[in-house]
Amino acid sequence: MKDFHDLKIGQQIKFSGTVYTARDQAHKRLVSAIKANKKIPFDLKGAIIYYCGPTKTPKGKVIGACGPTTSSRMDEFAPILLRQGVSAMIGKGNRSPEVVKAVKQYRGIYFLTYAGCGALLAKCVKAKKLIAYADLGPEAIYKLEVKDFPLIVGIDAKGRNIYGKN
Amino acid sequence: MRIIKSQKIRAAVSALCVKANLFLQPDILALLKAAQKKEKSKRAQEILASIIKNAAYARQNKLAICQDTGMPIVFLQIGQDVRIAGSLAAAVNQGVADGYRQASLRNSIIQDPLARGKSGFTPAVIHTEIIAGNKIKITVLPKGFGCENKTQLKMFKPTAGIAEIKKFILDAVKSAGPDACPPYVVGVGIGGTADYACLLAKKALLGKTSTKLEADLLKEINKLNIGPMGLGGKTTALAVKVKTYPTHIAGLPVCVNISCHATRSASRVI
Repeated sequence: MKDFHDLKIGQQIKFSGTVYTARDQAHKRLVSAIKANKKIPFDLKGAIIYYCGPTKTPKGKVIGACGPTTSSRMDEFAPILLRQGVSAMIGKGNRSPEVVKAVKQYRGIYFLTYAGCGALLAKCVKAKKLIAYADLGPEAIYKLEVKDFPLIVGIDAKGRNIYGKN
Repeated sequence: MRIIKSQKIRAAVSALCVKANLFLQPDILALLKAAQKKEKSKRAQEILASIIKNAAYARQNKLAICQDTGMPIVFLQIGQDVRIAGSLAAAVNQGVADGYRQASLRNSIIQDPLARGKSGFTPAVIHTEIIAGNKIKITVLPKGFGCENKTQLKMFKPTAGIAEIKKFILDAVKSAGPDACPPYVVGVGIGGTADYACLLAKKALLGKTSTKLEADLLKEINKLNIGPMGLGGKTTALAVKVKTYPTHIAGLPVCVNISCHATRSASRVI
């Protein structure tokens, strides 16, 4: 995602496209698969990872509430995924200095989205498809097609952090 | 003696799980609206507006306010003149499962904290208390773990001053920082034993504020400039609620339980 490189911390955008949900257990599995040279269930190159575990899907809806979860729990895994070509992460809250460094090194980006607004964000999700780790339930990897998904740049490709030095 | 069938408790718990997760409490909504007026920064105002809009959208569309529908905590205040026909714990857990299933909430509970494994809706954490009378008051507090993870306990010396305790509470809020969905409701438990201070802090989230200590703490917390989503502003906390209990001459336990801007709960007396 070349156009992400020009974004600066604090900038707000509305994103339309594909994101993949992955949180704690999915990260653990992805990283152990990478370390063991095993097959990864989706192409990490250019992928946008959304730290999200949605509720069950109410009847007649595309998805249930689907806001961001606390990003820092994924800090130990994020640099490995960035090295594999992940282009962006979406979550809430601050990241470790290691993640900030890795974002700069691999020219990724970290976005915040509206924390605790899971119902409202469900409106932006137009399609949802199970990709992997179905046994993880809400922690499975889902491919989401989103429209006008609100994002705030938290860490930009230059390694600047909206929350300052940490 | 009044006999209450466990099925009645099951139905009430189910309804309360749905209510707590879908409908933001009016007092929290009022605090959010007041905060929005006080904020000078455009970003803080915008975030608070989104949170308020989210609550309305959840209500209208029967969606959970937040995807983290929490670990359900169920407080039961049982009148001592009540006899429950049937299993109380089973009724509570079946009620939770009914409500969570019906409202398509999230199955966030894993059976083994170490082995992890497949997640489900139950069990709830259940706290019972025997009170006077022949009624049962049921309160459901679905606690999300973004904020539960920020809980802190400290066993102070009995000679500790209030300044030290305030600093500990402020530091707990600082360490939660932008991560746990500020603006927060800060529950503080002071006294009892280590475990009891933690329970007091949790129960404090359900109470009203009334003391100068709470007002002072709120003022100081709101000077931290963490703000909505941690992006700065005057509203780092919506409320600080303190509960105290007698303690031992050798100690002074203090627990801080941080709760997110939704701080969901619902109660009913049967």
